[in-house]
Amino acid sequence: MFLKYCLKDSVPVTGLCPQAGSYGVQDSLRRGFSSVKNELLPSHPLELSEKNFQLNQDKMNFNTLRNIQGLHAPLKLQMEYRAARQIQRLPFLPSSNLALDTLRGSDDSIGFEDILNDPVQSEMMGDPHIMTEYKLGVL
Amino acid sequence: IMATVSVCQYHRGGFSFENCKRNALLEADINKLGFSSPAARKTGTTICGVVYKDGVVLGADTRATEGMVVADKNCSKIHYISPNVYCCGAGTAADTEMTTQIISSNLELHSLSTGRLPRVATANRMLKQMLFRYQGYIGAALVLGGVDSTGPQLYSIYPHGSTDKLPYVTMGSGSLAAMAVFEDRYRPNMEEEEAKRLVRDAIAAGIFNDLGSGSNIDLCVITKGKVDYLRPHDVANKKGVRTGNYRYKHGTTDDTTHHTLTCFFPL
Repeated sequence: MFLKYCLKDSVPVTGLCPQAGSYGVQDSLRRGFSSVKNELLPSHPLELSEKNFQLNQDKMNFNTLRNIQGLHAPLKLQMEYRAARQIQRLPFLPSSNLALDTLRGSDDSIGFEDILNDPVQSEMMGDPHIMTEYKLGVL
Repeated sequence: IMATVSVCQYHRGGFSFENCKRNALLEADINKLGFSSPAARKTGTTICGVVYKDGVVLGADTRATEGMVVADKNCSKIHYISPNVYCCGAGTAADTEMTTQIISSNLELHSLSTGRLPRVATANRMLKQMLFRYQGYIGAALVLGGVDSTGPQLYSIYPHGSTDKLPYVTMGSGSLAAMAVFEDRYRPNMEEEEAKRLVRDAIAAGIFNDLGSGSNIDLCVITKGKVDYLRPHDVANKKGVRTGNYRYKHGTTDDTTHHTLTCFFPL
């Protein structure tokens, strides 16, 4: 039943390739083993649309802004977003992303991403050494 | 190696779809083993609303069901959104509860940011955008009503995100029974008492003719500057009082012999 829904709507396979590493092939060392059954189809029709929701919203907003105000408006905003995204704590610690939230306007709205599965209250943490090495490109 | 697996995945909040495949497998196998999967608590309901001369009257029954069993005999289905906006919810109980609470928080933040009393149309827009985003998987059918600077307004919102702005709406499993009463007796610009009676009768029609609705009738009358939350407005189904008693009166049995036993309990 899920199969018919997903294949008919032509889900792009690139969106569902979490195992791809930096060379585009399956990265067993970092992401573990995979199976065709797990990777070909999303486990829930909403999984892909939720994963890309913020990206799609941003894309839509920037396109509208470009059509209304010209190319400079989204360029300037994207530059600010890029700068704000770089304000992070150490790789294995959760960052509040306050500047990014303020720019996006999501500092005065509450959604499911604030209530369910809050990264601040996550019980698992990546190994600090491995994560720093990965961030610095040494791994 | 275990640690390296979690290096690249950024942990983000929101819904997690990790268990969906497992659940699908369980669904397929569980019937073979003779069990049944747990049913979500629904509010198989009658909710309705009507616009009258000075404002809006919202009504709801108070039964929550879990499959074929009544889970809650007196649950509250009229949720607070803002001081001048209330919302009745039908469908999955948890979904309506969480959706209305999230929208209520968002509306509060929004009204703090604008400095004005929130509008019903704002709540409507927020609800429809959220429900459409989740493509109907959030099973919340809502009747949203309130009075703001543009006057009294009533909206019905379906789980997939479509909305209608109407003078009288009904939702839930008992909606047809309630709508029959509305279609018969509704007229524009009613007085408050007449509107309350109409909503009470519509909910009563749903309670008595639909298995998914029952117990009491709650009413919420919203006018400019005043909200009357009448819970319960009408106890349509009172639980019966036991007429007889099977207890034996004291002294029914005589005690003919006495034995005394002293027990010691060392502490």
